[in-house]
Amino acid sequence: MKISKETVLYVADLARLNLSDEESERLSDEMGRILGYMEKLNSLDTSNVKAMEHVEPVSNVLREDIVEESFERDLILSNAPDEQDGAFRVPKVVE
Amino acid sequence: MDIRKLTIKTAAMALRKKEISPVELIEKFYERIDVTDETIGAYISLEKEKALEQAAKASSMIDDGSSLLAGIPMAVKDNMCTEGTKTTCGSRILGNFIPPYTATAVSRLGEAGAVMLGKLNMDEFAMGGSTENSYYRKTRNPWNTKMVPGGSSGGSAAAVASGQAIFTLGSDTGGSIRQPAAFCGVVGLKPTYGTVSRYGLVAFASSLDQIGPVTKTVEDSAIVLNAIAGRDKRDSTSIDTGINDYTQGINESPVGMKACIPVQYLSEGVAPEVRSKVQKAIEYYESIGVRCEETSLELADYAIAAYYIISSAEASSNLARYDGIKYGYRSNDFNSLLDLYKNSRSEGFGDEVKRRIMLGTYALSSGYYDAYYKKALKVRTLIKQEFDKLFDEYDFIIGPTAPTTAYPIGEKEGNPLEMYLGDVFTVSVNIAGLPAISVPCGLDSAGLPVGMQLIGRAHGERTILRAAHAYEMGNPFPIAEEVSHGL
Repeated sequence: MKISKETVLYVADLARLNLSDEESERLSDEMGRILGYMEKLNSLDTSNVKAMEHVEPVSNVLREDIVEESFERDLILSNAPDEQDGAFRVPKVVE
Repeated sequence: MDIRKLTIKTAAMALRKKEISPVELIEKFYERIDVTDETIGAYISLEKEKALEQAAKASSMIDDGSSLLAGIPMAVKDNMCTEGTKTTCGSRILGNFIPPYTATAVSRLGEAGAVMLGKLNMDEFAMGGSTENSYYRKTRNPWNTKMVPGGSSGGSAAAVASGQAIFTLGSDTGGSIRQPAAFCGVVGLKPTYGTVSRYGLVAFASSLDQIGPVTKTVEDSAIVLNAIAGRDKRDSTSIDTGINDYTQGINESPVGMKACIPVQYLSEGVAPEVRSKVQKAIEYYESIGVRCEETSLELADYAIAAYYIISSAEASSNLARYDGIKYGYRSNDFNSLLDLYKNSRSEGFGDEVKRRIMLGTYALSSGYYDAYYKKALKVRTLIKQEFDKLFDEYDFIIGPTAPTTAYPIGEKEGNPLEMYLGDVFTVSVNIAGLPAISVPCGLDSAGLPVGMQLIGRAHGERTILRAAHAYEMGNPFPIAEEVSHGL
């Protein structure tokens, strides 16, 4: 199977990754081989089979809506690469 | 006292009899780490001061006999959050991350009095089978330091095998506890999905991830599981299994149990020496009254393809959170928000992680979603159904944990698909959410450990623990003291 360099760059953009020329070339080859291997699934008939996201027999686990203490703002901000006035600082997003 | 030989059981006894104090015990383990870890490379960080403080507090719990784990030195894979202690996940992108909270599994061990020595090396974001993908260091196999320890919980297995901790926690998404346990000659247990809370475990593939113990003995494995299992309101996928004591019945004979061996698990793809050791183990089971029959798992051959689609898809979604804004690595080089995201992620993630994100994003992208992701989820249903059918008839499944023993460091570098194929016997267990244990079943002619995997039905931990324990009693395996000659 062949994955073109254009497809690799399109997927990288979706995934918010930059790839060097060398990386995108390597990935086009590797993804081609790996996805080619995965094609073996097509030999299984799954037309009447339900998809399973999860093995557990539970769903919609709810809890009481009770107010509880949350983390201290300063504690959370202590891991931020950049912060100002008690907020995460990012580059200008509105032109 | 040779601390390399200590198990939870024997160490707890020594502490109770005051043959050693908890503080002395912890100090001895740090001495051992000092001497060996430059070679082994199991630890990413150590927390000596905190550990000694904890040990001092363990005395009362040891005296009143309320917990076997009181004062026991252990260590944790670096993808479980530890409040105030750096949690890197083996990645540059979390290099400075100091979690504001502790993972439930780790805090439960703390409540039981266990003392955390430090955090253990791993493949970046638990992606890999050799611990060569860590941003920080390579871990070496204590049996032969030219060999990989397996992965992704390579630090967890190597630390136990070299006597640097009495037990450790690992995480298993597709074999990441069991395969390194097999390569390092220790016991590794992946519990049924939902048994152990994932709160505070850095997510890789949420529908597959499960935390479990790495230990020297099967009984120790059950003891640790007792402490970490149970419903947690912070993880809505954790469940109350109704099992209070995983050691219950562990000493009983498995006579009368029925086991099966899928022909696919002993096929030509398995190294002959691995095959013969597992066959010997099967003969042992027959000799103690377990009925062993050959069977077939037709879908065994499709598990890797389904697994790598599902796990990569979930990973690409889970790892979208690393954007250089709220925590983790941020690039210095950006002009816009999009630049910041892209540069931080591209500089922060290693090659294997990027590869999985790319595969997963591709499999989830418009036009490919049905052909890859949806298809894999349907195959997942079929794989689970095939296991369910076997467990209608059998109590457990026997096979090798991995097709080979440990291989040389660097051997599979640059060949991702070959690395993935090494997971052939472990991934289907995660796909179906089942429990499985790897126990050592001998050494190959190169002196490297072979691991046998026992798979149970959902919540059948006590069955496989009992069977594994019976094997271990009849076939004692050299623990740490014979390992790492010269270390």
